[in-house]
Amino acid sequence: MEAITVTKSKKGNKKRPDYLLMDKNTKAIVFGYQQRAIQRMLDFDYICRRDTPSVVAIVNPTRDGLHKCFWGTKEILLPMYRTLAEATSKHSEVDFMVNFASFRSAYPTSKEALESKAIRTVAIIAEGVPENRTKELIKIAKEKNKWIIGPATVGGIAAGGFRIGNTAGMLDNIVASKLHRPGSVAYVSKSGGLSNELNNIIARNTDGVFEGVAIGGDRYPGSTFIDHLLRYEKNPDVKMTVMLGEVGGADEYEVVKALKDGRIKKPLVAWCIGTCSKVFPAEVQFGHAGARAGADLETADAKNKALKDAGAAVPNSFDDFDEKIKQTFDKLVKSGKHKPIPDVEPPRIPIDYAVALKQGIIRRPAQFISTISDDRGEELRYCGVKISKIFEEEWGLGGVIGLLWFKKKLPKWASGFLERVVLLTADHGPAVSGAHNSIVAARAGKDLISSLVSGLLTIGPRFGGAVQGSADHFTQYLYKGETPEFMVKNMKSKNVNIQGIGHRIKSVTNPDVRVTIMKDYAKKHFPITETLDYALDIEKLTTAKRNNLILNVDGCIGVLCCDMLRGIGYSRDEVREFVDLGILNALFVLGRSIGFMGHIMDQKRLKSRLYRHPWDDIQYMMPDKPEVVK
Amino acid sequence: MAQRGIREFDGKRMLAKYWSEYISKDFSFPGKVVLVDPKTKIDDLPKKHKWLTKEKLVVKPDQLFGKRGKHGLIKANASFAEVKKWIKERMNKDTTVGKVTDKLTHFLIEPYIPHKGEFYAAIKSNRDGDTIYFSNHGGVDIESVWDTVSEIQIGVNEDVDKVNIESKLPKDTPKDKRKMFADFSKGLFKFYRDLNYAYLEINPFVVSGKDIVPLDLVARIDDTGHFESSGKWGDLSFPAPFGRKLSTEEQYIKEMDEKSGASLKLTVLNPKGRVWTMVAGGGGSVIYTDTIVDLGYRDELANYGEYSGNPTTDLTYEYAKTILDLMTREKDPKGRPKFLLVGGGIANFTDVAKTFTGITMALKDYKKKLKETNVKIYVRRGGPNYQEGLRIMRELGDELGVPIEVYGPETHMTRIVNMALEGK
Repeated sequence: MEAITVTKSKKGNKKRPDYLLMDKNTKAIVFGYQQRAIQRMLDFDYICRRDTPSVVAIVNPTRDGLHKCFWGTKEILLPMYRTLAEATSKHSEVDFMVNFASFRSAYPTSKEALESKAIRTVAIIAEGVPENRTKELIKIAKEKNKWIIGPATVGGIAAGGFRIGNTAGMLDNIVASKLHRPGSVAYVSKSGGLSNELNNIIARNTDGVFEGVAIGGDRYPGSTFIDHLLRYEKNPDVKMTVMLGEVGGADEYEVVKALKDGRIKKPLVAWCIGTCSKVFPAEVQFGHAGARAGADLETADAKNKALKDAGAAVPNSFDDFDEKIKQTFDKLVKSGKHKPIPDVEPPRIPIDYAVALKQGIIRRPAQFISTISDDRGEELRYCGVKISKIFEEEWGLGGVIGLLWFKKKLPKWASGFLERVVLLTADHGPAVSGAHNSIVAARAGKDLISSLVSGLLTIGPRFGGAVQGSADHFTQYLYKGETPEFMVKNMKSKNVNIQGIGHRIKSVTNPDVRVTIMKDYAKKHFPITETLDYALDIEKLTTAKRNNLILNVDGCIGVLCCDMLRGIGYSRDEVREFVDLGILNALFVLGRSIGFMGHIMDQKRLKSRLYRHPWDDIQYMMPDKPEVVK
Repeated sequence: MAQRGIREFDGKRMLAKYWSEYISKDFSFPGKVVLVDPKTKIDDLPKKHKWLTKEKLVVKPDQLFGKRGKHGLIKANASFAEVKKWIKERMNKDTTVGKVTDKLTHFLIEPYIPHKGEFYAAIKSNRDGDTIYFSNHGGVDIESVWDTVSEIQIGVNEDVDKVNIESKLPKDTPKDKRKMFADFSKGLFKFYRDLNYAYLEINPFVVSGKDIVPLDLVARIDDTGHFESSGKWGDLSFPAPFGRKLSTEEQYIKEMDEKSGASLKLTVLNPKGRVWTMVAGGGGSVIYTDTIVDLGYRDELANYGEYSGNPTTDLTYEYAKTILDLMTREKDPKGRPKFLLVGGGIANFTDVAKTFTGITMALKDYKKKLKETNVKIYVRRGGPNYQEGLRIMRELGDELGVPIEVYGPETHMTRIVNMALEGK
C-alpha cells in the first residue's frame, strides 16, 4: 500500500463563476472529525475521476495531526487542525466548509468561516440551531456575498464534482443515479431525506442531475429556493430545474414572483409536499420546523396553485412528478435546445471491507477468537446469557464467574462456594505484604490502579500463593494415587513445606473458624470432596508432629476449589490444567483486590502523607569500605 | 424542534419576572397569575396568592387556543368562589372549540382590571429580523383595524435602543403615554429577543394606574434556543395543541419514540379507513399521505406515520405490530379489501433488509388476521441492501398467503398508491 500526503497546492481554483458554489475543483475543509463522511466525500471524488481529493483539511478542536483515509485503493493523509484559522492559513485554495459542528457550536464556527477570507460557502449540517443565530449568519452571508446551505440538511451534490458530506447515500446508489457525471437538471429541495429520491427520479427521466441542494428543514434556511434557482438560471450547463417545496412558510412565493417577472425562464418542474395537511383536524407538526401550515397561503395546495399559475410545470400529485419531469426534459430535447449528455462508465469502486463482509462476498481468517462473551448485539451476553437475564434470575457474582471462567451455568452450591471464597479472601489486614505495598504506593501519591497493582505484584510463591500452592501439591500426589504418608515423607525428603499446612496461632485445639465454615459447606453441598479428604488425612499426620500444622484457610480453599471443579464435571487432568493456568491465584487476586482498594481509598481519605521507613527500624550494617576486587 | 406555543401563564410569568430587567422600573406589571391544572388544590391557592380572595377575578382556559370569549370560555368580574365553581364545572370536560374537541385541563386566573383603553403590541420573527406591531385599538380582531397598526422592523443584531420607537408609534397614540409605550415596546423587544421568543402578541394590554397589564397574551418560543435561554425560561413546558389527545396506540408509539434515538410517529386519522401506511422517512411519509389524499381517498386514509433514523429490528417490529393490530381489528363492513402500504424513498444509510426484518416478523404474527380482514400489501423501497429486503418481502407473500406486491427504486415512489387504490 502506498501512502501519499496531499500536497498543499497554492493553485486555488477560485475563478469559479459566481453561480457555481461547487464543482470538480472545489477544495473543502470539513469541520468536525466525521471520518465516515470524509471517506464518503473522497470515494465520491474517486468515482468522479477527480484529480485531487475534495477534502484538503479537517478542523477538529480536540485534536490535531493527520487523518488517514482511502483515495481509491491507496491510503492518504489529511492534515487536521484545531482551528479554522490555522486550516485556512495553510490551505489558501479552500473555499468551502462542510460544517458538522453540533447545534451548540454550529453558530460560532459558521460565523468564523463566513467572516474568514477564504471560505465562500458553508454547509451547516446540524439540526437545532436557534433561529436567531441562523438569522445572524444569514445577515453576515448577505453582507459578505457568501453562501450558506442549511442548517438541518444533508447538504447537496454537484454531480461528477463535489459531494457535501453524506449527501446521496451509498456509492452504488450514486452510480445508479448517475451522479458520477454531471447531467443537465438542477434541483433544490427543502428535505434532505428526499434528495436521494429526487436523484433517482431525475436520473430515470432525464439525462441526470447537474447539481442538487437540500436547503434544510428550518424555518429560516441559510439560502432559499429562489437563491439557488437564480443561480441555476445563470448557469449555461443547467437546462431545466426542479423544485421540491413544502407546506409552511412562504419562501416558495419568491419563486412565483421570479417566474412572473421573468427572472426565471428555464423550465421549472415544481411540487410542494404536504397537501395532506388539510385532512388533519388539529395542528399536526410534520418532520420539519418550517413545515407547518399557518395561514392559507402557507398550505401546499396554495403554493402548488400559485406556482402553476406562474408558469411552472406542476403535477396533480407527487405521483405524476416523474411524468412532468420527463415531459419537460423530452420537450427540451425535441425542440433541439438540448442534446442529452451521454452516460459515462464510472471507475470500479473498491468495496469497503466491512460492507463486503456484511454482504458475505469475502472472508478472512480472524486474528482473534473469543469464546466467553459478545458485546455486539442488542444486549451484552456472557457465554450466551443476556445480562438482563443474569440480573432477573439473580445469578450473582459466582454465576458470572462460572460463565466467564468455566463457560458453565453453575449449580447453586458451586457459585455459592466461589462467592464465599471471594468474601473470605477479601482482606487480611494492612500488615500483609500486598496491603502494605498498596498502602505505601497510595501514600506516595500514586493513583488507585498503580497502587492496586503494586499490591497485587507481591502475590506469588510466598504471599497469597499458598492457595495456589496447596492445590498444586495435594492434587499432584492424590491424582498419582500416592498415599498421604508417602506425600508427607516425599515432601520432607525434598525439603519442601507442604503448602496450605500450618498456622502461626491456630491449632487443633484452637481451630480457624474460616476453615470450619468452608469444610462444613463442602461436606454439606459438594458431590466430591476427594482432595479435601486427602488433605485432612495429611493434616492428621502433620498435627501429630506439631499441634499447629493444621490445614489452614489457604490450603482449604485450594483443595476445595479442585473438588468444586471435579464436582462441576471436570476430569482430574482438566483440574490440573486449571491449576497450572493459575485459577487459584485468580480467585485470590479477585478477592484480595477488594481489600487492597479499600486500603488505598482509606489512605487517600485519611490524606496520609508519604511513607518513610523509620531509621531506628533499620539496622545499618554498612562496611567501612568496599572489598577491593583484584 | 421548532417554534412552539407556550401557555399564556408561562408568558406572563416570565414577563413579570423579568419586567424590571428588560422593560421598566418606572411602571410595572404586578404579574398576578395563577395556573390551575387537574392536580391543583384550588382551596389552598389563596394562602400563597392572597389577592385571589381580595380582588375580583377573571378566569379562562390556558390551552393554546384563542377566541375564548367567543366560545363563552371567559368568566370575568367574578369572586374566588365563583371562579372555583366555574372551573369545577369545566375541568376535565370535553369541550368543542371550532372543529376540535378535547378536555379542558388548564385554567388561568388573574385579577379583573376595570379599564378604558385597550392597546395592541406584538412582535413577530422574520428572516431579516423581527417586527414590532403597535396599535391603540386593541381588544378586537386586529386584522379589522390593521390601518391603525404601526410596523417597526428591527434588523438582525440591530440595537433597539438606537431606534427611535416613540416617533414610529401610531399618530393617535395619547401624548401622555407615548414615552411609556415606547419604553414598553423596547423592553418587550429585548425580553423577546433575549429569551428566544419567535412570536409574542399582547392583545390587549391596558394601563391601570402606574401599571401596564397584559390581558391576553399569545406566544411561541423557538425551542432550539433551549441551550441559550432555558435558565430564563424556568420550568417551561410545551403543551400539545388543543385537540391532540392521543389514543393508547399513539401514546405507545410516542413513548417508544421518546425513548429511542430513532423516530417513530403515528397519528390515527380514521380507524375505519381502509388505507394504512407504514412509511420510512419524514418526507416520504408526507408524500404517501399526500398522494392518497390527492387521488381522492381522503376518507379512506386511516393513519399518518413514519419510522426513520435507523430504528432497531425490535422497534420496527413493535411499530408494525401496532399498526397491524389497528388495521385488522375489524373487517370492512362492505367486505372490500384493506391496503397496507409499506413505502419509502431511497434510504441514505438505513439497512433496508434489517428494518424489513422487524416488519416481516410482525406480519407473520398477524398472518391469520391479515387474511381475515382481506388485507393487500404493497411494498416500495430503495437504499442499502434493498434487494435483500425486497426478496424477504416477496418470499413472505408465499408464506403468508396474503397478496404482497414488491417494488424497488425502478418504480416511482408513490406508484404503489395508484396500484393499490386505482388498480393501475
